[in-house]
Amino acid sequence: MSANEKEFMTTKRVVTRTQRSRRPRFDGFTFSREMIPAGEGGSLLDDFRARAWEAYERLPYPTTSDEPWRRTDISKLNGDFRLPAPEAYLDLPPVPERLLLPLVSDQHGGQIRLLPGEVQQDLNPDLAQRGVIFADLETAARQFPDQVAKALGTIVRPDEGKFAALSAALAQNGVFVYVPRGVQVEQPLHSLVWAAGVGLAHFSHLVIWLEEGASLTYVHEAASPNGLGGQTLHSAVVELYVGPNASLRFVELQSLGDNVWNFTHERAVLERDASLDWIFGAIGSRLTKNFSDLDLVGVGAHGRMSGFYFTDGEQHLDHDTQQNHRAANTTSDLLFKGALKGHSRSVWQGMIYVAPGAQRTDGYQANRNLVLSENARADSIPGLEILADDVRCTHGATVGKIDPELVFYLRSRGIPAEQAERLVVEGFFDPIMQRIPFDGVRARFQEAIQAKMTAQ
Amino acid sequence: MSELMIKDLHVNVEGNEILKGLSLTVRQGEIHALMGPNGTGKSTLAYTLMGHPNYEVTGGEVLFKGQNILELAPDERAHLGLFLAFQYPVAIPGVTVANFLRTAINAHRKAADPEDKGISIPEFRKLLKERMDLLQMEHSVAGRYLNDGFSGGEKKRAEILQMVTLQPEIAILDETDSGLDIDALRIVAEGVNAMRGAAFGALVITHYQRILNYIQPDFVHVMLDGRVVESGGPELAHRLEADGYDWLREKHSQVAV
Repeated sequence: MSANEKEFMTTKRVVTRTQRSRRPRFDGFTFSREMIPAGEGGSLLDDFRARAWEAYERLPYPTTSDEPWRRTDISKLNGDFRLPAPEAYLDLPPVPERLLLPLVSDQHGGQIRLLPGEVQQDLNPDLAQRGVIFADLETAARQFPDQVAKALGTIVRPDEGKFAALSAALAQNGVFVYVPRGVQVEQPLHSLVWAAGVGLAHFSHLVIWLEEGASLTYVHEAASPNGLGGQTLHSAVVELYVGPNASLRFVELQSLGDNVWNFTHERAVLERDASLDWIFGAIGSRLTKNFSDLDLVGVGAHGRMSGFYFTDGEQHLDHDTQQNHRAANTTSDLLFKGALKGHSRSVWQGMIYVAPGAQRTDGYQANRNLVLSENARADSIPGLEILADDVRCTHGATVGKIDPELVFYLRSRGIPAEQAERLVVEGFFDPIMQRIPFDGVRARFQEAIQAKMTAQ
Repeated sequence: MSELMIKDLHVNVEGNEILKGLSLTVRQGEIHALMGPNGTGKSTLAYTLMGHPNYEVTGGEVLFKGQNILELAPDERAHLGLFLAFQYPVAIPGVTVANFLRTAINAHRKAADPEDKGISIPEFRKLLKERMDLLQMEHSVAGRYLNDGFSGGEKKRAEILQMVTLQPEIAILDETDSGLDIDALRIVAEGVNAMRGAAFGALVITHYQRILNYIQPDFVHVMLDGRVVESGGPELAHRLEADGYDWLREKHSQVAV
């Protein structure tokens, strides 16, 4: 080998190493222990937050080398967010009235609004008489420490991930819902996180606990205005417990502004013969990384997950779902459907896990994507891990475009091009709409389709 | 009176010339049959008239109501009163027959009058029921996704349902008879015959004489190799049934030479 060649190879190797060391990384947050809210949740919340903070400090930041984060890069996330000061919401855009309207019934059984620096609530006193707890987390921890201690951090442990720990430690507040044994809550409950304000970090923690035979319909939304610029952080933990033979319908809407970086860890645990109808609608945020797990731990439990998403512009939405069959005769049914425009990107990564001995389980997962622009991209990654032998698991994943023959056909009937495309998109989403038993939620999704289709 | 006038039409598909100077005129009040063996360009003509983007017109013109429609988008052609019953209708998953038809009716109304608020739901339901009864269709079809999982016969019937609902002035029926059993064929023909009158003209494309037993044509044309080579009355269809196309091929090649 000549000296020249040797030099060339050496140079080449150095360049490679330089690139690797320059791989973009998130520099880390400037949050500090002093920022842990010294709220009015008593020692129960203080201890919980302190332990969560320790986990936060211990855990590394996720990078694209970590499998669940391989397709979601947070290196462009700012590190220095402020927590909202008390009553910060007064200087920020107000919550649009339409977000406060009941979506699943004529009337709420109650509503809690987690605003920057403030919690507002409208509660129905009848519920309290029946033993139902629906309160902000601090009030609940003070007034009902036994119930809160039994639930908090048991479904999603703070040490499960950097953002889970951060949310648990810094959540200024949250919502705690507890439905006692055998109580049917007829009127739906509603909570809203209003994540307005550039440069602010919003943390929230939602816990819903249904005892045996209880039932509840719940709507939770995280929202904020579009077009603010800069960056806003929203990070949340959602813990759902559905006791034996209990039934929960949980509608979760994400319409965060286009400057919000959004991270959530969510899990539902279902006991014997419990049922959960979990509906997701995600149209907002700059970037989302969402972990949503369904843990079927009791024999005969049934969970359904229905997801709707529509991205445009520079949005990046990553939904990571797990359907864990940990007991026999459990069933799960997941359908996520999304459309993409602009330079947006979606990731859906799903796993059905069947534990040893979880016989006669039936698991289904499907993800369908409609890519509406050349520059948008959808990644769809289904997965199965089956350790029992008497099971039925099916999955499917598709990424497609609008078939021009469909548009031509519709146009030949007098329907103009734009409307024809919208009809095809609406048709694509119809199987999701069919799974949503609430007119108001379907109407919100229809509005979102209309708005996204007409946006430039 | 509306008139669809095709003059010396040349059309390329993927660079190959398929229509090679085709001329034909269809007026309101007339039923024309266009016959010919497979591969002579009959469907190309149908798609071109409706404005499919894959069909490139390289020469000639198509006038409808005096307008050169080659410049118009497919939906604009539809608004003028042109209709194509597809040989292979596509499925539109998630869009019900009723939703689709109401959208189409409203699009036509809006094109005619931008202020139009659309057809009322009761009025639409009544219309749809009436037209489905005419074609002996189950009312439940209205709630099914358009053509999704339809049998061949159901698709063709749905095409005719659209035609009788949208009431075009000139309809092109592209091999609507293919794949139909005799009962379905009769029902489809009844749909066309119900439209028949001074306000309706049709170009019925077929390569079987069979459908012409149910839809009596006023004129019969024969296409070979991208051109209309013979025109006549209903007797021409009967001669083709008896003698096939060979005599025309011979005659045509002699003329060409």
